[in-house]
Amino acid sequence: MTTPPHAQEELDLIAQTVDRVSTADAAVLAELRTEVLGRKAGKLTLILRSLGSLPPEQRRLLGARANQIKQALETAIAERERVLQDDTRRTVDVDGTMPARHAWRGARHPVLAVVDEICEIFKELGFTRVSGPEAETEDYNFTKLNMPLDHPAADEHDTFYLGPGALLRTHTSPVQARVMEQYQPPIRIVVPGRVYRRDAFDPSHSPVFEQIEGLAVDEGISFVDFKAGIDYFVKRFFSPDTVVRFRPSFFPFTEPSAEVDVQCQMCKGSGCATCKQTGYLEIMGAGMVHPAVFENCGIDPERYTGYAFGMGPDRITMLRHGIPDIRLLFENDMRFLSQFVS
Amino acid sequence: MNVSIGWISALLGRAVDPDDAAARLTMLGAPVESVERIHHDLEGVVIALVESVERHPDADRLTVCRVHDGTVTRDVVCGATNVVAGRKYPYAPVDTVLPGGFKLEARKIRGVLSNGMLCSPRELGLGEDHEGIMELETDAAPGTPFLEALPVADVRLEVEVTANRPDLLCHKGVARELAAVYAVPVKLPPIPNAPDDIAAPRRVTKKGTVGGIEVVIDDVDGCPRYMAAVVRGVRIGPSPDWLQARLRSVGARPINNVVDATNYVLHELNQPMHAFDLKLLGGAKIVVRRAVAGERVVTLDGEARDLTADMTMICDAKQVTAIAGVMGGAESEVTERTTDVLLECAYFDPKRIRTTRQALKMSTEASYRFERGIDIEGMPDALRRAIALIRAVAGGQEPEPALDVYPKPRKQKSVFVRPSRVAHLLGVPLSRDEIEASLVRLGFPVAPKDDRLHVQIPGWRPDVTREVDLIEEVARLRGYDSFPSESRPLRPSVVPTDPNVARQARLERAFTGLGLYQARSLSLTGSGGSDAFRVQNPLSAEDAYLRRDLLSGLTRSVERNWAVRERDVRLFEIGTVFRDTGGPLPEETTRVAAVVTGARVPAHWTGSGKAPDFDRWDIKALFETAVRSICPEGTIESTADGWKFTETDGTVRGWAGALEADRPAWAAVLFGFELETGDAAPPATTFVPLPTTPPVERDLALVLPPGVTAAAVEGVIRDAAGALLAELAVFDEYRGSEMAGRSVAWRLVFRAPDRTLRDTEADTALAKVLASLKERLGVERREA
Repeated sequence: MTTPPHAQEELDLIAQTVDRVSTADAAVLAELRTEVLGRKAGKLTLILRSLGSLPPEQRRLLGARANQIKQALETAIAERERVLQDDTRRTVDVDGTMPARHAWRGARHPVLAVVDEICEIFKELGFTRVSGPEAETEDYNFTKLNMPLDHPAADEHDTFYLGPGALLRTHTSPVQARVMEQYQPPIRIVVPGRVYRRDAFDPSHSPVFEQIEGLAVDEGISFVDFKAGIDYFVKRFFSPDTVVRFRPSFFPFTEPSAEVDVQCQMCKGSGCATCKQTGYLEIMGAGMVHPAVFENCGIDPERYTGYAFGMGPDRITMLRHGIPDIRLLFENDMRFLSQFVS
Repeated sequence: MNVSIGWISALLGRAVDPDDAAARLTMLGAPVESVERIHHDLEGVVIALVESVERHPDADRLTVCRVHDGTVTRDVVCGATNVVAGRKYPYAPVDTVLPGGFKLEARKIRGVLSNGMLCSPRELGLGEDHEGIMELETDAAPGTPFLEALPVADVRLEVEVTANRPDLLCHKGVARELAAVYAVPVKLPPIPNAPDDIAAPRRVTKKGTVGGIEVVIDDVDGCPRYMAAVVRGVRIGPSPDWLQARLRSVGARPINNVVDATNYVLHELNQPMHAFDLKLLGGAKIVVRRAVAGERVVTLDGEARDLTADMTMICDAKQVTAIAGVMGGAESEVTERTTDVLLECAYFDPKRIRTTRQALKMSTEASYRFERGIDIEGMPDALRRAIALIRAVAGGQEPEPALDVYPKPRKQKSVFVRPSRVAHLLGVPLSRDEIEASLVRLGFPVAPKDDRLHVQIPGWRPDVTREVDLIEEVARLRGYDSFPSESRPLRPSVVPTDPNVARQARLERAFTGLGLYQARSLSLTGSGGSDAFRVQNPLSAEDAYLRRDLLSGLTRSVERNWAVRERDVRLFEIGTVFRDTGGPLPEETTRVAAVVTGARVPAHWTGSGKAPDFDRWDIKALFETAVRSICPEGTIESTADGWKFTETDGTVRGWAGALEADRPAWAAVLFGFELETGDAAPPATTFVPLPTTPPVERDLALVLPPGVTAAAVEGVIRDAAGALLAELAVFDEYRGSEMAGRSVAWRLVFRAPDRTLRDTEADTALAKVLASLKERLGVERREA
């Protein structure tokens, strides 16, 4: 085997092929590889093979150069192959529109999520979250709350009885009395929980539903503080531009009493079926704690004042999500619950 | 409560805008639920004079009337027989649209062209009568709009009255509220043709007579005040149009002039009254007394009622004639033949009426009002108004002034108000003058008394008993929306947050993260069990018990999902269960439960659309998750049908396994667990330094003879391997016919925390493990 006549020039040419590698496609790359590095007739292979017959001086010079080029070329080809392979994965073999592989997703019950959301907002106003028994005595459910059973106001609470003087609480208000008997103000609590009314299960009634009670008692809490607290909640829960309306009403455990309305979220106050054309939706009953309730629970009504409120998360959830039938909130239908994955 | 705007306008002496009145009442605390325009659909109807009535040439039962409507005279074919020439009738000309949307057209009836229609009360929506044309007593000229001659057009407000405000159950009370905001006086409208010489009732303390009838109150507690008047010589008949219109405007049905008069007073002044036919009373006596147990009375509705000694009765000399404040008896009802009436105007104790009507399971207009408390002071005026009205519409005379039996006259109630307290509670500066002016406008007479206000409480406001009630009155009239809503500094609550909240939140996060949905089931069920607590008055047998567990409800939810062909169901619930422990109240426990069935993961195309179903190892995992969350040190034990969690004191707190259910063939096995959430505190996490030395791993396949559990093997391994064993995990199980028992493979990871462990050290430990296993459990290494 003889030395190629112009080995130096040949190497210069081969060096240039390195530049072609970066734009070559798979076929060209294969060609290049055979042409230059092919084990039998690759140009560079031939040169390297011929080095042995050269004088030591020339062999060293040419050898170093040839190996340098070989290395550069191999690196460039490997790099290019990697790029081409990535490209292939992206654009040729794989359809990225095929569905992803998910795990099952779970969700909170929409009503209980609303309960938490409401309690969280009141937490910002310093309210702690407490609970109480669902089976209660008449004393806590009615009497201590200034709600004698022989008054027509008790008729609105159709009660399930468990025995003489024992019942399923008709509201979460008994916890007010329990807490006030145990602690002296400042008291700021929210009390979510299940309550019971003797109503047949139909699209708008359930014998069991959720309620959230709130109570704030301290020195100097006034009607203005009451309005501010409720207003803060409504604007945080609904939206900062929600219109809130306070309307006189009657609850035995508050005086003055108020019904809190928000402008209808559906029609923005112009009147629709949801708000029965009134433009407003009742969202809670509230008011300043009646001094008789303080007296019944061992709190000095001259020294302390406060406000209390109660609302129904079921109804609020139904309004928020446009749910037409309260029974959906108890049926645990997967097709329903899966709509509330967040 | 139906409120007629026409009636309110008459009381306020000015036209009241219905929508404004509705808005004001709503913001005063009596929300108006609807504003309904009534009889405005009679606009096209006019008064017409019938000039002649002739028989229809071609029909025996029809007549042809010549009808003059003020401008022209037309033929109208009529089927009624009561039309008389020379009289006036309501006439609907061609093109008029009558109530119900019926539009009149000129059409031939048996060959005679009929132009419009003479109308019956029913066609005008003014009564039931369909046989005859409505007869009118009117001076109005032909052509006058019917609504002008007979002012039945009105606007009806449906007002929601809260239980504390009996005064708003009548027009005068509603007018008082509006008078306060409009700053006008309330005055009863004059009654046409009424005598103005009705004497004031004569006050007696125990008993007396009126018109020859002796009146005695035996039961002063049940009936603190009883007034009676006798009117003789009345002529029972229909009421005049204006009175009928008033009653209809509030949705009441006119009956006869005497009964209508008492109903009018009911709706105007909130005083229920009863008229007895004097001749039908047994003996010249009225006794108000307690019923005797076992007595019976047939009430006006024809029902026989059994009485108890807790009820107050109105009796004549012989028998019970009425259940006081609830319903009159059939015996002494006013009829067409009545000529002399005894008019009862009484105050009955609210609590007595309430227990009576609850016991009799009935509620009437009268009982509803007595139960809430009527105006005991306003009774004399109400009775005089009723007498005047009866004499105006039914004639008759009062032989002597009415009798007023009032054994213990009530003292005028009064309440002191401190202006400083008003400002303190309402949070805004309010002057003494402003407070006084508000109360006066609402009808409370006010006199200054040192630095306080001495406020008299009128009889129509039984709800006002203390200072705070008057503070509400001030706030109400001022308008709640007029108060600012500004946050002021507040002190944090001394009440600690319930630790259950965090405990439940942890469980909720864990299970929603694992792909389960939070369920919410009713806590009333139909099935008991021996220690289930029973509800005394359930709505049905299906909800007669308080739930004893959560899994039953969740299983029913799964079945419901299966019924709508949902195969993959994953639910958890946290809630209260109840147990009868013999006490008056059930024991309440908070529990968490979960159910899973169907695919363990969503099917994916890379697995050819198939995914394995949940099995027992999944429910064990969910159960362990729950147990770890509520009791970090807790371990679960294997049982014959699943697993159980036992607390250190030995009580079983939870269970997991496969569940019985009504399962369709295509559905997968249902697994579930239920666990008491207990009251353990959340675990405090202590950081463990990360390992810095390399591990040495050894796999160990063991043959476990029947009866030897993995847990037992693990116990021995840990024991024997000592401190170098860092991790231990099962990675395989094999059962084959060639072996008794099974082969289970463990991976052991050894590590020394302070140096690189040599292979020989691991092997030494392993040898010790094998020796120990053989000795203690008879377990040997599986031959390869």
